[in-house]
Amino acid sequence: MSSIKIRIKLLENDITQVRALIAHPMETGYKKDEKGNKIPAHYIQELTVKHNDKVISNSIMGSGISRNPYFAFKFKGGKSGDKITISWVDNLGFTASEEKQIK
Amino acid sequence: MIETRRKFLKKFISTTVYLSTLTSGVFYSISAKATWPSAYFRENSYRKTLKELFGDQKLIETSDIQLKLPKIAENGAVVPIIITSKLENTQSITILADKNPVPLIAQFNFADTAIAYVSARIKMAETSNVVVIAKAGDNYYFKKRKVKVTIGGCGG
Repeated sequence: MSSIKIRIKLLENDITQVRALIAHPMETGYKKDEKGNKIPAHYIQELTVKHNDKVISNSIMGSGISRNPYFAFKFKGGKSGDKITISWVDNLGFTASEEKQIK
Repeated sequence: MIETRRKFLKKFISTTVYLSTLTSGVFYSISAKATWPSAYFRENSYRKTLKELFGDQKLIETSDIQLKLPKIAENGAVVPIIITSKLENTQSITILADKNPVPLIAQFNFADTAIAYVSARIKMAETSNVVVIAKAGDNYYFKKRKVKVTIGGCGG
């Protein structure tokens, strides 16, 4: 199971909406567990959205993004059969990437 | 170093990621792990974070940034935000919460085919302003909105 779920919708005026739901703890590093130990910071730092091989958006973020992040983007020129790729990198060096075709 | 945005985007399509430091238009070439500008995301006051990000750039208040945010957020750990910039040639959108320990939440950069739109869910430590800054052309614009937070979300 991928940690990224992608939903794509073709809207009016040649606009495509891409929504992504990512399974990630987004720990700030401030929170403590039941024993009072600090839970180490663990959060996504970079997110990239691609339409075929072209980058639509690339972003940087901190732990101020909510746990299990949700994002939505819009771009022009998306067509049925085109590929959308979303990938992230977190502060511990983990990465994930997911592709989906526009229906 | 002055480069056109198109050239810039071409560069960042290649495996190396280039991030612009908003202040000067200087581009850093860095590997994925090293790109992330930790200085922007450290615990700091809002004022100092703004200074780090934008230097002495003038920030112009605008109504051309449309914000959709709750007036009252019952849970500060999950505050939905939808941003649309109607400013022509919007290249990036930056989100800050002025009373969060780390005020900078995220910065989204847009290619020319992208619509200057982003939806996300953010954390807010306490009642404060959400400030959204858009870079359009050579100018920086902002819009802010106060969100009342019932239960803070910084632990979450």
